[in-house]
Amino acid sequence: MHSKKAPLGLTIAAFGTLLFLHVPMLIIFLYTLTPDETTYTFPLPGFTTKWFGIALQRADLWRSLILSLKVATIATIIALILGTLAAAAVYRSNFFGRESISFLLVLPIALPGIVTGIALRAAIGGFDIPFSFWTIVIGHATFCIVVVYNNVLARLRRTNPSMIEASMDLGANSFQTFRHVVLPNIATALLAGGMLAFALSFDEVIVTTFTAGQQTTLPIWIFSQLNRPRDRPVTNVVATFVILITFIPIFLAQKISAESSDTEGENK
Amino acid sequence: MSNPPSTPAIKFEEVSRHFGEIKAVDQVNLEVNDGEFFAMLGPSGSGKTTCLRMIAGFDKPTSGSIYLYGQDVSNLPPYDRNVNTVFQDYALFPHMTVGENVAYGLMIKKVAKAEQTKRVDEMLELVQLKGFASRKPSQLSGGQRQRVALARALINHPKVLLLDEPLGALDLKLRQQMQVELKAIQKRVGITFIFVTHDQEEAITMSDRIAVFSQGKIEQVGSPAEIYERPASAFVAGFVGTSNLVSGEIAKRITGSEKTFSIRPEKIHLTTTSPSADMVSLDGVVRDVVYLGLYTRYLVEIEDGVDLVVIEQNLKTTSMDVLSAKGQKVKLSWHKDHISYLEA
Repeated sequence: MHSKKAPLGLTIAAFGTLLFLHVPMLIIFLYTLTPDETTYTFPLPGFTTKWFGIALQRADLWRSLILSLKVATIATIIALILGTLAAAAVYRSNFFGRESISFLLVLPIALPGIVTGIALRAAIGGFDIPFSFWTIVIGHATFCIVVVYNNVLARLRRTNPSMIEASMDLGANSFQTFRHVVLPNIATALLAGGMLAFALSFDEVIVTTFTAGQQTTLPIWIFSQLNRPRDRPVTNVVATFVILITFIPIFLAQKISAESSDTEGENK
Repeated sequence: MSNPPSTPAIKFEEVSRHFGEIKAVDQVNLEVNDGEFFAMLGPSGSGKTTCLRMIAGFDKPTSGSIYLYGQDVSNLPPYDRNVNTVFQDYALFPHMTVGENVAYGLMIKKVAKAEQTKRVDEMLELVQLKGFASRKPSQLSGGQRQRVALARALINHPKVLLLDEPLGALDLKLRQQMQVELKAIQKRVGITFIFVTHDQEEAITMSDRIAVFSQGKIEQVGSPAEIYERPASAFVAGFVGTSNLVSGEIAKRITGSEKTFSIRPEKIHLTTTSPSADMVSLDGVVRDVVYLGLYTRYLVEIEDGVDLVVIEQNLKTTSMDVLSAKGQKVKLSWHKDHISYLEA
């Protein structure tokens, strides 16, 4: 711990960065309250909360929201299963090409979404698979797997391997060992990875644009509102809602990761 | 015991374990008797830990067979053999309480809850951790974790208990205390204990018999006294305690045979009197003196380039006396019985 105060310049820079990052979001929130339905004028010409009510009654909005939640949930479940299996394989065995596989697994998150998107579209089109709900899920799973994989692999690497041997030594077979020893030890990593994956999927636009058929996920719906300035404050209401729904899992995921790395060292 | 006394607890038959080109264990034959406290002693990389891991089932022999009370277990997985291990780093489950850790084996076997609780209490009492059941491993000291690991292994009544460098992580005081305690626990439960160590003092203190490992092979098996007093090879003589090895011409002059022999430093005396007939007598010059409080170590040259280490207790001498011995001519003597010829 050091209580030395940061220099003034640094403090200003830090606050400046925070403002730069978050003022636009405040503006969005501010304009959920404007009575003016087409343009952004400042100061607000008045004050109303009617857009929240209107947003609630928009059927297209609800359809998009439910679709987005469904896609994010299923993509997360797929990512949890495949990501964990991949991490376990890479952790346990030392096969030829292990590092390359690890690299290939992580690549989708580093690649620009537009590349992933166009690649997926070409592949899906090439195989004559109809664009549907499931093609969106598959598109999202490509980058959701990565966050689960990374989280779980990092946790496994910090797990004492003789713990697994101890479990087998005490009579547990592989399945029992996974259930009673491995799973409890990676549980927080799964939770953190899963929530990150959910948040990533929930606000994804680019890959979705390429892999969706007629479906409109919530971010796509917001995007489409740009061309239809009517009821603009409704978009702001939705944006605010998206910020909240993304904020919660990210916040929790960070908290979980921080806590588990705090307690990790104690058992070494 | 239901097993006839003639059946060894563990039997290695021509066991080898190769990792590619490296022969970690090379055609080892070994028998550990029922109820024995047995030590596998050797430097790191000598194959002792690989042998332990093969008994536990974490590793399989490349060739040869391992028998547990007559049953060939060479290819059984760890969970199908009645052997338990105390790991070097204890390998306690951090997400479970001490009680849950100890009960783990019973929980897997689906023993009734009430029975589990009863046996966990018994075990924790055996290792003097009564009342610790609800703590987490992270709240325990190193010595306490070790006891939990011991209780967790013993609760399953294994036929053989394996201990991998069990005291390696403890400080000296605690280690000496645990040496005595482990021995007492073993006597009480009557289970065969096999432990791996690189600490010769630990092996000598605790075990009934010791196998000394070097480069994948067993150099010698015997009681601590046999190992110490009659080392079979130069390696054993050097690894277990310190020893003077004498060979060739000088050996012939002393014993009448060119065969290499070993003589322990503490068996040699610096004297002025003429020795009796059953004593060996040599002239030498003191080259170096190291005063070590309890005793003094002398380096005595008996011939060009041939030095013997001699250890004398400082019963009457002071540091001034011993240090002044440097450079002086002395007479060395030892009893002929203390000469131990090496086999190879």
